[in-house]
Amino acid sequence: MSPTTVVTGLGVAAPNGLGTEEYWKATLAGQSGLGRITRFDASQYPSTVAGEVPGFVAEEHIPSRLMPQTDHMTRLALAAAEWAIKDAAVVPDQLPEYGMGVVTAASGGAVEFGQRELQNLWSQGKEYVSAYQSFAWFYAVNTGQISIRHKMRGPSGVLLTEQAGGIDSLGHARRHIRKGVPLVVSGGVDAAVCPWGWVPQIASGLLSTEPDPTRAFLPFSAEASGYVPGEGGAILVVEDADSARTRGAAQIYGEIAGYAATLDPAPGSGRPPGLRRAAENALADAGLTPADIDVVFADAAGTPALDRAEAQAIEGVFGARAVPVTAPKSMTGRLLAGGSALDVATALLALRDGVIPPTAPVTAAAPEYSIDLVTEARDAQLRTALVLTRGHGGFNAALVVRRSA
Amino acid sequence: MRRVVITGLGVVAPGGVGVKNYWELLTAGRSATRTISFFDASPFRSQVAAECDFDPKAAGLSPQEIRRLDRAAQFAVVSTREAVADSGLDLSALDPGRVGTSLGSAVGCTTSLEREYVVVSDGGRKWNVDHEYAVPELYRHFVPSSMAAEVGFAAGAEGPAAVVSTGCTSGLDSLGHAVELIREGTADVMIAGATEAPISPITSACFDAIHATTPRNDDPEHACRPFDRTRSGLVLGEGAAILVLEELEAARARGAHIYAEIAGFAARCNAYHMTGLKPDGREMSQAIDAALDEARLDPTSIDYINAHGSGTKMNDRHETGAFKKSLGAHAYETPVSSIKSMIGHSLGAIGSLEIAACALAMEHGVLPPTANLHEPDPELDLDYIPLVAREKQTDTVLSVGSGFGGFQSAMVLARPERSLS
Amino acid sequence: MPITTEVTLADLTRMLRESAGEEEGVDLDGDVIDTPFIDLGYDSLALLQVIGQIQREYGLVIPDDAVVDAETPRALLALINTAS
Repeated sequence: MSPTTVVTGLGVAAPNGLGTEEYWKATLAGQSGLGRITRFDASQYPSTVAGEVPGFVAEEHIPSRLMPQTDHMTRLALAAAEWAIKDAAVVPDQLPEYGMGVVTAASGGAVEFGQRELQNLWSQGKEYVSAYQSFAWFYAVNTGQISIRHKMRGPSGVLLTEQAGGIDSLGHARRHIRKGVPLVVSGGVDAAVCPWGWVPQIASGLLSTEPDPTRAFLPFSAEASGYVPGEGGAILVVEDADSARTRGAAQIYGEIAGYAATLDPAPGSGRPPGLRRAAENALADAGLTPADIDVVFADAAGTPALDRAEAQAIEGVFGARAVPVTAPKSMTGRLLAGGSALDVATALLALRDGVIPPTAPVTAAAPEYSIDLVTEARDAQLRTALVLTRGHGGFNAALVVRRSA
Repeated sequence: MRRVVITGLGVVAPGGVGVKNYWELLTAGRSATRTISFFDASPFRSQVAAECDFDPKAAGLSPQEIRRLDRAAQFAVVSTREAVADSGLDLSALDPGRVGTSLGSAVGCTTSLEREYVVVSDGGRKWNVDHEYAVPELYRHFVPSSMAAEVGFAAGAEGPAAVVSTGCTSGLDSLGHAVELIREGTADVMIAGATEAPISPITSACFDAIHATTPRNDDPEHACRPFDRTRSGLVLGEGAAILVLEELEAARARGAHIYAEIAGFAARCNAYHMTGLKPDGREMSQAIDAALDEARLDPTSIDYINAHGSGTKMNDRHETGAFKKSLGAHAYETPVSSIKSMIGHSLGAIGSLEIAACALAMEHGVLPPTANLHEPDPELDLDYIPLVAREKQTDTVLSVGSGFGGFQSAMVLARPERSLS
Repeated sequence: MPITTEVTLADLTRMLRESAGEEEGVDLDGDVIDTPFIDLGYDSLALLQVIGQIQREYGLVIPDDAVVDAETPRALLALINTAS
């Protein structure tokens, strides 16, 4: 019998709240963190709305020595990791030296740092490129810096599946736990709100061009017109349940009970997309049936075609309007590698408090979707949640969390 | 427990496309490093690299694939097709949901990204880069996960897929990840390996800035000198290796040719420094011990070590220390070599290229040498197979890697027919 | 470009702060001229970064080995102020 994997700590940095409880309060109240971009002058671009993390003063969280060698993304990740570890009341010295690992997701790397160094190189010359560039921009930077900061020497990793990365990282963390690692710090935090992070997303053709922040990202609604990117995400402390109880963990938010990932078939093959299969495989992995699931956290891509595909997948698994569906990322934007990690954290908070957060400011699902979309916070007895995610280019993943008995 | 074997290989490497060319280069002890031809490297401290002579059309890619894919993704797709053909596996007869993809890469589609950056920023002049000049492929290049999807599409795989990006251990870690997925029962077949095409101005600039790459530009073929007293840094490389991995019993049942079993794998972090290594090799030794433990093999069973051997002062000392710590006296009897002396350091790809070399070494009974090792460093006192390939039958081989971020990984290949203790 | 003004310890500590930050518990304004960089919390990357900044600001060429050879601020300043 393989060990049970539980989550014992959360650290959240989100556009509608810095810190877990700030975020959760805002989310339940339907307060959106989307607004006109302030991190750079976006007036020349067709898309001008983003979710920016408010009130983050890096110097308050990051040692001076790390400041010149870290991007905004890594600073947010280090802060979230520290909060998660503190929340879990982990005393690293009390765990085996190789008993703590770090697994995070990334999408496009630390892109603002990278843009600055590309500009230094191309406008001024190679003498102007930072000695820190070799690692500060790259995909593994958050895992590396968290590992060093907290002296975590166990099996670690970095997974890239775009938006699905947060869930894939947590699934991978569970793998490590099952192989005997007591604790893994996992999840994803991302930040690409800079011109060189913005233009590639414009090129994807999926960004909303609606300038009104209250109307720019309305997943599953009849007015859905694309997605709004955001920055931030969540870091979770994932543990072997026995080990967590033995060390007297502060709390157990819930169990990672099921996980699965799939790839869509090659374009043009005519075969069905893989999201439904991921959901079904995750349920099977958890030993649950669709009827056992109390709420679904949707991927909520925000374009009609992708929303339709997801609604069909959910209906295919559960039947029409058979389970509450929510997508509170409507208030944060899509956080790239941070998005699905934040969704898992949100699902755990929902289980804790017995309340489903809303898909605000969406007021109703488009009539064509046979889903019970939660648009106002809804009290409910929650034991289990299914979290769905899709990464650009064909990635799908699903994760089941369950309240610990 | 389900065991995992290698049944197919595909390679794009400096010196030639395909496994045959790769093995010829390695056994000839020939270095494929040369003065950088992809761009004017004259302003840089280091001006040499191991470049692939890769013609995507001749390698079988379609015009749309050539347009859509970054160079690293092109390497990966070409290698995937060779590996699948080599395995003899009829993928169309399998449940595609049971076939997964795991692709290592440290720097993703950096070549295409830099090329497009130069255009949208108008040569670095604009901070607010112009979206009107963005090509439709730009987002694919921005998120290198797209490369894993391309490999999956090329193989018809619909199981779990991901890019594993742990710096220069990506190529070992992506294989380790794939082994896990088969062992745990999530997949029966994995298309796994790694790719990298990092030879571009920004990569040269960032390695220049930390003096990681060699300044020895006057004699490119002899620029990379792992374990040599005169070593002066790494030489960038590029390439890809893709392996078909299968569950042992299924591979046997279909009569597959089995190169080797991936018997053990472990990854550790040194939690010490983003680029530096502790001289004593402690965490690498820990990874080696754990990989051997997983393989249920004794350190004295190791017949050959394929070293990280990047040719920096620090690395070669560090891992020699790790080998002694893990193997004890047996370290002095174990041949060790670094193929980076010939194909350079292709960052995230190199770990998979090295495992491919290890599989071929077991297959042919020949160990690739460390080229350019003329003046042994008195501090480094193991048998580093200088200059000339060596005939030796091997049943158990070890390959290791270190990566920025503090990653240290070790993988053990063995013959599946060995008796398990 | 010939150097006209000497780089002082104050210049160096300013650039160290900008290039590499300041280790907690270290007072760069104290008597640090003979304190090894390693004890000031600076590794070779920090030195490479600050040497890069010095080269750009002062138009100097500082030899590659400086990062290995100069173990203290005094030694690095001596190298800088004799560089061309």
